[in-house]
Amino acid sequence: MGLNIIVCAKQVPDPEGPPSSFEVNEAERKVTPRGIPPVINPFDENALEAAIRIKESVGAEITLLSVGKGLSKAVTLKAVATGADASLLVEGDAVEAALFDPYATAELLAAAIRKTDRYDLILCGRQAADTNAGLVGLGLAQLLGIPAITLAQKVEISGDRVVVERALPDGYEVVEAPLPALVTVSGAVGDLRYPSLQAIKAAKDFPQTTLGLADLDADLSGLGRVETVALAAPSRERRCTLVEGDTPEEAGKKLALLLRQEKVV
Amino acid sequence: MAEPQGIYILAEINDTGSPSSLTLELLGLGKKLASDMGSRLSAILLGSDIPVAVQELARHGADEVLFLDDPGLARYNPEIHSEVMAGFLQTRPPLALLAGHTSMGQDLLPRLAFSLGYGLVTDCVSLKVEGGGVLFTRPIYGGNAMATQKANTATVMATVRARVGEAPQPSEAAGAVSALAVEMPAQSRLELKGREVLTARECPLEEAPVVVSGGRGMGGGEGFEQLRGLAGLLGGAVGASRPPVDSGWAPTTCQVGITGKVVAPDIYIAVAISGSTQHLSGMGEAGKIVAINKDPEAFIFKVSDYGVVGDWKQVLPAFTAALKELVQD
Repeated sequence: MGLNIIVCAKQVPDPEGPPSSFEVNEAERKVTPRGIPPVINPFDENALEAAIRIKESVGAEITLLSVGKGLSKAVTLKAVATGADASLLVEGDAVEAALFDPYATAELLAAAIRKTDRYDLILCGRQAADTNAGLVGLGLAQLLGIPAITLAQKVEISGDRVVVERALPDGYEVVEAPLPALVTVSGAVGDLRYPSLQAIKAAKDFPQTTLGLADLDADLSGLGRVETVALAAPSRERRCTLVEGDTPEEAGKKLALLLRQEKVV
Repeated sequence: MAEPQGIYILAEINDTGSPSSLTLELLGLGKKLASDMGSRLSAILLGSDIPVAVQELARHGADEVLFLDDPGLARYNPEIHSEVMAGFLQTRPPLALLAGHTSMGQDLLPRLAFSLGYGLVTDCVSLKVEGGGVLFTRPIYGGNAMATQKANTATVMATVRARVGEAPQPSEAAGAVSALAVEMPAQSRLELKGREVLTARECPLEEAPVVVSGGRGMGGGEGFEQLRGLAGLLGGAVGASRPPVDSGWAPTTCQVGITGKVVAPDIYIAVAISGSTQHLSGMGEAGKIVAINKDPEAFIFKVSDYGVVGDWKQVLPAFTAALKELVQD
């Protein structure tokens, strides 16, 4: 048997949905998705893809770990059909309140992982598409006392070490850590592959372990270090001055003149 | 435990040994915070043998520059830097610590947040003092909502996007500089190996005043040569939406969007980009947005200030040529 890899995945409203599908409730300080399906956070999908590639190269058992309430079957199904071997879910009302708090989420994930205590590598997306904070992965590593490498664009195993290409603004650097370790994954790793129909069928009877808050030894005292005091819809729409011309070339020229006239350039 | 006092900004230096432009912007923001909170501004710099950066920080509004000087700090090592910073902050905790939302800031501050129990707000696009505390505004849901957040801890930390603050004018009266002795950790579990540079750093995308980006409609890598010409003319950088990067027409380091880089230039020129949510999240804060697209229904026109409906292959060369004449006049 190869490595044990845990991929942490969060369910989020599809971030590719149009802006109108994110209803901003200013009074309750929350965003309600309208007419868009829940999906696995895209960066977590990248993390799963990285895990599957490791499984293909050196052999691994992949456990999908998620914290949430009412997780969509379709969401876990996709993960399992693409290559996850087991799934572990931490569920409950109290858990949902913690979901938007990175300190509490990291604590819940750490508590669930301590319970299994069988891992060599933990992969997380670099940030979630809802909170966009990018805290949980590093927090989880800290709580478990293992080394962490962020912003991976490539993750490979070499013996008992993980070798990561860490994205930099102008390129990347190579960073290594001994296992067990945690790596946060960026979109540059590549998209999660599509599952085959056969794999989707097979994934349907997939066993899923569910834990509640009572099963975990989690300390949620860090909850509420940061609170949201106001929420607003962004004002993104602008009034566009469309420049026309008899030919596209003329329109291009007139655009340049207008930008100069209005001192944009 | 020491009483938190002062406002800190965490400085980063560029390849030429000067403070990055984002660092100078942080000094501007930090100065305002310090004045609103009746406090002092300190710039914290970790590194070795960077006299120019130290002096520049002192001349750009820092009341004091605290230089943690050790050859082992020359390159960012997450575990070494976070241990050194944690030790420093425990002895001299600030009211607030601001860092750039950079590859270092995004890595270092969460480590500190969890090791020291400080509240951290990442990716801020504005901040202000209210009721004695700092309110931070940041986009969530990929920019589909703006959340204003505050931390309930005695020390608060934030990472701030590029081009949110304004660099203070340099002054002759420079702040004090103290080099602090650093107790280096014995080792890091992380081993730094090679570094590959894929794009020239003359004009980093996040700091560029003008960004010219191409989308799926560019149809191939050749068109990006024209975008480089236009960007060069305006002293800007070239970006791309996701499809050209996925197709290999442009390097990953060029990608603008929620899965790539977030930019807020004075001018953003979107060529053959339809305007997906994920791309808009990466450039929606630009000063002026100019779109060239052959589809009049393209969403990009809804979020642009100026636009031409037409094929970029015809519009862009004429636009660039006309602009060249105007700029030279």
